[in-house]
Amino acid sequence: MVSARRLFKHFEELVAVDHVDFDIVRGESFGFLGPNGAGKTSTMRMIACMSPKSGGELTVLGMDPETRGPDIRARIGLVPQEDSLDLQLTVLDNLMIYGRYFDLPKKVIGERAASLLEFAQLTERAHDTVEPLSGGMKRRLTIARALISEPDLLILDEPTTGLDPQARHLLWDRLYRLKSRGVTLIITTHYMDEAEQLCDRLVVMDKGKIAASGSPASLIERYSTREVLELRFPPDAGPSRNALAGIAERVELLPDRVLLYTESGDRALAEVGARGITPLTWLVRRSTLEDVFLSLTGRTLID
Amino acid sequence: MTAELETWGMEEALGARMPPTLRVLRYHLYTYMRTWRSSLTTSFLAPVLYLAAMGVGLGSLINRHVGTVGGVKYLDFVAPGLLASSAMQVAASDSMYPVMAAIKWIRTYYAMLATPLRVLDVLLGHFAWVTARLVLTAVTYLGVMAAFGTVRSPLAVLAVPAAILTGLGFSSVISAFAASQENDQGFATISRMGLIPLFLLSTTFFPLAQLPGWMHPVAYATPLYHGVDLCRMLVLGNVDWVSAGWDLAYLVALCALGAWLARRLFERRLVI
Repeated sequence: MVSARRLFKHFEELVAVDHVDFDIVRGESFGFLGPNGAGKTSTMRMIACMSPKSGGELTVLGMDPETRGPDIRARIGLVPQEDSLDLQLTVLDNLMIYGRYFDLPKKVIGERAASLLEFAQLTERAHDTVEPLSGGMKRRLTIARALISEPDLLILDEPTTGLDPQARHLLWDRLYRLKSRGVTLIITTHYMDEAEQLCDRLVVMDKGKIAASGSPASLIERYSTREVLELRFPPDAGPSRNALAGIAERVELLPDRVLLYTESGDRALAEVGARGITPLTWLVRRSTLEDVFLSLTGRTLID
Repeated sequence: MTAELETWGMEEALGARMPPTLRVLRYHLYTYMRTWRSSLTTSFLAPVLYLAAMGVGLGSLINRHVGTVGGVKYLDFVAPGLLASSAMQVAASDSMYPVMAAIKWIRTYYAMLATPLRVLDVLLGHFAWVTARLVLTAVTYLGVMAAFGTVRSPLAVLAVPAAILTGLGFSSVISAFAASQENDQGFATISRMGLIPLFLLSTTFFPLAQLPGWMHPVAYATPLYHGVDLCRMLVLGNVDWVSAGWDLAYLVALCALGAWLARRLFERRLVI
């Protein structure tokens, strides 16, 4: 569906996307995971033919965005990071207007709008104006709007940023349904749990480059251990790296906590205790993409 | 309430396939349907009030103490000037905050650009909408002027396209400016330093001869002067075709320059 080779984008001095390669195939859910400023949105905007590339090659749906932008966009649904809904119009009007940009007949839009409102759980709000809706509802409407043209490819830029946990889970559920219907999804996110939940395959981006790529499970397997022991200490009272040497495969000393990467968190905890180190609290958990990112870049995803 | 666009007859007139520019125009009409009542009242009331206050009120004083202005009653003199000025104002106000809102606040343009629409479609749709507003304004104004008995020539019908051209000249340049701005502070400056002085000094209210000699080239350089001049000659029926030709050339050139600038600045702003 999408293929990029040495794709490059810069804004004057700033290099946003630094020669990246990736391929997205039909029916998969593909993620761009990385912190803010990693180049995810720039990449997404180039795929959506809203932003010209500065160099390299990019093919979307078998076409060149430079020459076939409108044709590509006709088959893409875009859910931008910032909502661009018409706040004074009703929920239904927003769908009608957007469908009209694609030059769909009114009757077709009306039929699709009805089922999309159902899908987005907004049927009861169809005739309300958009302005007072909650953030989660607006996001779901934006997704419904992006689906009005029945796109082959749905691009979601940070779909759940700013939503409360309940709204996020509802949205994930809806995206899951789309995925099971065979819609190809491209998702950018800086939430590792979102990437783990939704993406079949993903690339980890940092500073415009792709740091790693693969399925969430394979990335965790390759770049992290099975378990992580998290220890918390009072400020400035944590142990030194030397004091922890040999307990785990890898140790990360973060400002607020210490992470020990190991096959068995319980065994590591026992060893910590045996060395006379007493943390305030501890937690044994499985490795996540967050740990993959930390291992790749030495930094956390969300500062 | 869902606005019914079919009442505009566009669906029937054009069938299913609609050129991109008209899809954008349809969006503007769609949103306008929600506010047209209040807006229509304003666009009808404004000319009535202006003509009553300036033409009849102030005019009776002037007629009594000065006599005619430019060979006609003051009301007849001022009415076409007001027509051109209000075209300027309508076009300017539709090209400042609405353009900024569509770029920054509501981000309508970005929503459009995620669909098959292109920047040029968005821009032309915007100008099409401004034109529609100008048609409404100019026709209403001319109708009210006729009711006040100030229309003196069948050529007055041509004052409608003249007013539209005047408005589009302002719209194109101001839209370009709006697309280059990060916030709305510049709009107040445009109004204070540009539109209001033009409104007051571009011979809307008095003949050019009343200005000191050194001001004449300044007035002649401003766009509203040419709009007023053209509308006035057409409504009063005393057309000097040479100066009308210059007025027309000036306004067309302004539209072309503004459209070119707007295209550049819209592209620069929206496609990054």
